[in-house]
Amino acid sequence: MMKRVALFLPLAVFIGFVAVAIWRLGEPGNPAIRSQLVGKPVPAFALAGLGPERPGLGSADLAGGGPRLVNLFASWCIPCRVEAPVLAELKRRGVVIDGIAVRDRPETIRAFLAEHGDPYRRIGIDSESRAMLALGASGVPETFLVDGKGIIRVQYIGELRHEQIDTVLAAIRDAS
Amino acid sequence: MNRGFAIPMLLLIAAAEAPLPDPSQEAAARALMHELRCLVCQHQSIADSNADMAVDMRRIVRERIAAGEPPAAVRAYLVERYGDWVTFDPPRRGSNLIIWAAPFLFLAIGAIVAARQFRKPRT
Repeated sequence: MMKRVALFLPLAVFIGFVAVAIWRLGEPGNPAIRSQLVGKPVPAFALAGLGPERPGLGSADLAGGGPRLVNLFASWCIPCRVEAPVLAELKRRGVVIDGIAVRDRPETIRAFLAEHGDPYRRIGIDSESRAMLALGASGVPETFLVDGKGIIRVQYIGELRHEQIDTVLAAIRDAS
Repeated sequence: MNRGFAIPMLLLIAAAEAPLPDPSQEAAARALMHELRCLVCQHQSIADSNADMAVDMRRIVRERIAAGEPPAAVRAYLVERYGDWVTFDPPRRGSNLIIWAAPFLFLAIGAIVAARQFRKPRT
């Protein structure tokens, strides 16, 4: 009897392998890579702004004051357009939002802000994704919650949605 | 994208992708690029990918190598931010140990099975 079972074992293992392969091929894993810097200080970066009237953003600007959101966006990014009204609502509720415009230029950023609203206190232009890589972000949009001491508390991957507003506000209260 | 923008953009990309003047540094940078995973692609190294993010990561690798950083330090900079996922050469610790131990484990099981088969008396 045991021998019979042993005979079919390789076949069973093979069928199991094929089943896993088919499952994974049909639904490839596409994990979001989380930044390892959550709980750690904002890494050093310094980005130019849109011009004299809009200063840029550096890690020094994030070290003092209350908690705030650092939103990575881009004028070429479609989900960022979906996110714009959510950021506007957060700003209306008193949240300070700084922006990092990834792989972007002043003209296109201005056009984006004119069309979709401008919730940002400061905007840094990250033309070579340096700040994005320094933060451990993998794309746009992403949003970091930074507390008053300059420690990254939360990373939100993908666009913030209306149903997340209360969670975000609660996280900001926790951080102060 | 209009033409007036496309041409400077191409020049910019070409400049970003220029090899380092020191051939040994360029070789070290390329070797490292092959073992760093592009975060937005399906299992491609940053050396093999044309994604914008891979281009930007290659620039960081070249700059840091050119500044005299050893490849291990450049890799550590990225692992610090993205975790072990970013490297195709996972460090031998924690749950990664399974990956390193599995071939030897299966080889040992195979050897035991084979030995038992050979030891059986012939009928």
